Amino acid sequence: MADRKALQIQQMSAHPGPIAGKGMQRQSEVCKLIDTTTCIGCKACEVACVEWNDMPFQPTMFDNTYQTMPDTHWNYWNLIKFNESQHSDGSFAWLMRKHQCMHCADPGCLRACPADGAIVQYANGIVDFQQENCIGCQFCVSGCPFNIPKFNPETKKVYKCTLCSDRVSAGLEPACIKSCPTGCLHFGTKEDMKYLAENRAKQLREVSGFTEAGVYDPDTIGGTHVIYVLHDVTKPERYGDLPAKPRIPLSFTVWKEWFKPIGLFVSMLSFVGVVMHYVLEGPLRTQPQPPVKEIDGGIEHRKEN
Amino acid sequence: MTNGWIDIKNTDMMLIMGGNPAENHPCGFKWAVEAKRNRNAKIIVVDPRFTRTATQADLFLQIRAGSDIAFLGGVINYALQNDRIAKEYLANYTNAAFIIKDGFKLPEDGLFSGFDPEKNIYNKDTWNYEAGGNLTGKAAAAGGTVVNTAAHEQVSSHGTAGGGATPVPASLPPNVAFDLDLQHPRCVYQLLKQQYSRYTPEMVERITGISKDDFVKAADLYTSIRKDGSTKKVGTIIYAVGWTQHSSGTQIIRTAAVLQLLMGDVGRAGGGVNALRGHSNIQGATDMAGIFDILPGYLKMPNPNDNDLKTYLDRVTPKAATPSGWESFNYYSNTPKFTVSLLKALYGGAATMENDFAFQYLPKIDRRYSWAEIWDDMFRGGIKGFYAFGMNGVMIGPNSQKNIDALKKTDFVVVCEIYPDETSGFWQAPGITPEELKTINTTVYRLPGAGFAEKDGTFVNSARWLQWKNVAVPPPGECRLDQDILAQIYLKIRELYKKEGGKFPDPIVHASWSYTLPDHPSLSEIAKELNGKALADISDEKAGVSLKAGQQLPGFAMLRDDGTTMCGNWLYSGSWTEAGAMLQRRGTEDPSGLGIYPNWAWSWPANRRVLYNRASCDLSGKPWDPDRKQVWWNETAQKWVGNDVPDFKPDSKPQEHMGPFIMLPEGVGRLFVPLGGLADGPFPEHYEPIESPIVNPLHPNQSNNPLAKKFKTPLDKYGTTQEGYNLVCTTYRLTEHYHYWTKNNPMNVQLVPEPFVEVPAELADQMGIRGGEKVRVTSIRSNYIAKAMVTKRIKPMMVDGKKTYQIGIPIHWGFLGIAEGEGKTAKTPTNLLTPTVTDPNAYTPEFKGFLVKLEKV
Repeated sequence: MADRKALQIQQMSAHPGPIAGKGMQRQSEVCKLIDTTTCIGCKACEVACVEWNDMPFQPTMFDNTYQTMPDTHWNYWNLIKFNESQHSDGSFAWLMRKHQCMHCADPGCLRACPADGAIVQYANGIVDFQQENCIGCQFCVSGCPFNIPKFNPETKKVYKCTLCSDRVSAGLEPACIKSCPTGCLHFGTKEDMKYLAENRAKQLREVSGFTEAGVYDPDTIGGTHVIYVLHDVTKPERYGDLPAKPRIPLSFTVWKEWFKPIGLFVSMLSFVGVVMHYVLEGPLRTQPQPPVKEIDGGIEHRKEN
Repeated sequence: MTNGWIDIKNTDMMLIMGGNPAENHPCGFKWAVEAKRNRNAKIIVVDPRFTRTATQADLFLQIRAGSDIAFLGGVINYALQNDRIAKEYLANYTNAAFIIKDGFKLPEDGLFSGFDPEKNIYNKDTWNYEAGGNLTGKAAAAGGTVVNTAAHEQVSSHGTAGGGATPVPASLPPNVAFDLDLQHPRCVYQLLKQQYSRYTPEMVERITGISKDDFVKAADLYTSIRKDGSTKKVGTIIYAVGWTQHSSGTQIIRTAAVLQLLMGDVGRAGGGVNALRGHSNIQGATDMAGIFDILPGYLKMPNPNDNDLKTYLDRVTPKAATPSGWESFNYYSNTPKFTVSLLKALYGGAATMENDFAFQYLPKIDRRYSWAEIWDDMFRGGIKGFYAFGMNGVMIGPNSQKNIDALKKTDFVVVCEIYPDETSGFWQAPGITPEELKTINTTVYRLPGAGFAEKDGTFVNSARWLQWKNVAVPPPGECRLDQDILAQIYLKIRELYKKEGGKFPDPIVHASWSYTLPDHPSLSEIAKELNGKALADISDEKAGVSLKAGQQLPGFAMLRDDGTTMCGNWLYSGSWTEAGAMLQRRGTEDPSGLGIYPNWAWSWPANRRVLYNRASCDLSGKPWDPDRKQVWWNETAQKWVGNDVPDFKPDSKPQEHMGPFIMLPEGVGRLFVPLGGLADGPFPEHYEPIESPIVNPLHPNQSNNPLAKKFKTPLDKYGTTQEGYNLVCTTYRLTEHYHYWTKNNPMNVQLVPEPFVEVPAELADQMGIRGGEKVRVTSIRSNYIAKAMVTKRIKPMMVDGKKTYQIGIPIHWGFLGIAEGEGKTAKTPTNLLTPTVTDPNAYTPEFKGFLVKLEKV
């Protein structure tokens, strides 16, 4: 967990009222750049993630692939997805994509979360889970367009990549970046990473013959703090279910953007109603009561006002 | 590597073949990615499978395992046909202009001249240069016949000099005939052209399974660096054991060397022929003579005919052989200095001028004692005991069952390891019944060694850098440092020899053992011993160096052949000098930007980062590419200077025409390897693997390498397609595992939990195999069971008109380990399948490209 002094919280799940210290200092947004075109699938980042976060090993099964396991896991936050991609023009590619939390600018998990402070977004863009506040409802799981948060049935908490917020708050790069041998991973400000990514995409288009090369930073969720350079940005789904237009499920938008305000509004209305009722009607006055009487041996109680 | 890892960033073109660096050398592979990203360099990957490396390729071609020479020969042919060669380099820095003896025959029928079918060896008398002068301009005018006649006389007078039954061993003529126009019909260039004219794109397609169009695309791309006579760009060839592990492995690498010499790529930043080493210190093991036929520093092993030091030195010290007017530094002419200094390091005071510096203590090699021979001897009951340090013998050799059965015949086996391994646990191999176990009388000693992080010392990397490392953690429990174990065994044996004597105790009793703590020799003391020191006050006036007795040598130039210096490995001299431990340096300055880092660690020889770097300049001493300046001739200072240490005689003027390949007696790169350089031919020729799906289309009557060695025990069987072995199989490693260690480490096991067999999707469809189902792979020797990984990364190929499938098996699992212990595997080592057949030059077994069949279990 991050040092909250160094990382300024920007947003907090289900938090009523203002966030202390928000906006006090300007922080640049950080970003992880994954150049899938220079990823060799060595899994150094997977190992670094497990080691840095001190996660327990878990048995895996052979699954007809070089990929370590089918999907990320509560104790395996960083997974390279291996995809054999046979194209209609006869060409073939073996695509490797490092899959982890995208740290969305508009995080679906945070929107979905009903627990106060269980999910926070720092001013630098990192979306972090605070397990001590997590109530295990798993709304975040359905809120995420990338299928990232994973539930641990034992602790009844949800976990995911923290973008090494602990390392970042101490001025270090995330562990995966540190371990990458080919330089396919970069870390810096969003601005710098975008520049680097666009340049690389340009090189791929102009020199390497990947005419559709581009940068994946989907605006449907306000951009992400993990961006990809893809050989073909028009077909992100080839890289193992990377959605072309990721969206926060409508239900959560409806719930949080409409129902929740409406709910709030309704509850406000009811409060206002109560007040108005008091003002207009005044306090409840006691009515004269008939005395208690015995009926068929039973006792009818009447409360005194 | 002729160059180094970081230097790959300087290249414009990479041919990665016979290696899978992204998989097996991911950290080093960063430099290939750098070149791609920063220089727009191109990567061509040629491999039997679409590998992790192939994901980075601009062009990937799937090749049939074992057909590499056909492909490379095709590229050579393409370069020659399309004039995409470095002409000035070729004529002056290689033996292209040298004229070969009359009577030399190219292997159109599969055999070079001089083959002796009875002994199965070549008589190499015709594999030599013609003596004579400058024939430039004369060849075309005079015509072939006249020159041939003149040359023939030379041959007769030289070749039959000894006459009769005891011919004098042939040697290179000191005055080589040459034709700088490269027109003489018997000059190396013309012979080379003729040799590879048979390797047409059509022929390449038939042999390799790579379509003609794809092949031409690759040949065109690689040779594009020499388009229109340009010499600015540089290409590199990167390979690993995917080339060495064939019955013609050495010749595959030779083919690459020939191509690089044609391109003028050797000696240049971003060029070279670059072997990637698969273990952290395998380069060091080779430098220190971890093989039977060399001494440290690649000095030749004596044989029983070397009656004394002089006879030996006369035999192994080469004499310069150059065209008239050319110079040759012939650095191996210093062999006596290297040898005597080595003997002084080995035997100290017992090595004196009077006793030939204890030359007689050295073992003499009467025949081959390579890996395969050792295990064959053991299998035949000829080896009583066996020490295994730092290797898992049962697993790493071919034909594992033979190795397991061989160990059963030994009296004792000593294994120093960090895990219980298959060699020390050979008796746990599947198939050994409790009854059989009772009949095995081998005593096994397991010595708990220390892991790499538990000891200091050096690693020598692929780039020839000696890099010191510190201890990270002490060895746990009762584990001991390997050097302590070895020292204590040695001291005990010495004690026994001193007490009880023996047939020839002298080499053991008199070995130099002058460490401060004899039973705990420190590796820094050993490193200093390898560097060498002066044993008397010596000085070199010209270099302005004088040393007192006991001082560390500044480099191998100070070595003496009179016993006044000692040096454990001449190549390492300069690594630990009076100025300190060069191999411990951590300077990160790189003034040239070429990634030379001259103050980081220390690179043999003489801290040179790129070998033969004189060849990076034209004849006048100016760099071919002014943007990548390594060394150059400084006219004012009248010497060679540069960003790298010049690999050359520092004061040799360009006009002297000294050859840049200073380790060869000719001084030039060898397109043609004369005399005894190679056992199986002066030019590489494509031969089929011993187990091949086709008959060699080049010469059906000589399909295989005639000199490849097969073994003859009942367990040494070789399969054919007639017996139903129709699939080509290859073996390899994975990023996630390190040989046979990491199967004991949960983290690695988590990454790849089980063994598998990679099966092409089309073949799997035909056979009804789905991914994850168990399959049995059978070679004529044994079988292997694992789950199928059905993949589109291996496609069917048309090889000589026949639809051919290849499958692949990673090598990492055996019968001891986590998955093995959990019963997740069939406990079958991959090498149960592979044949024991060896290359005639390096004696490497053919682990790649053998025949199998496949079935569902």
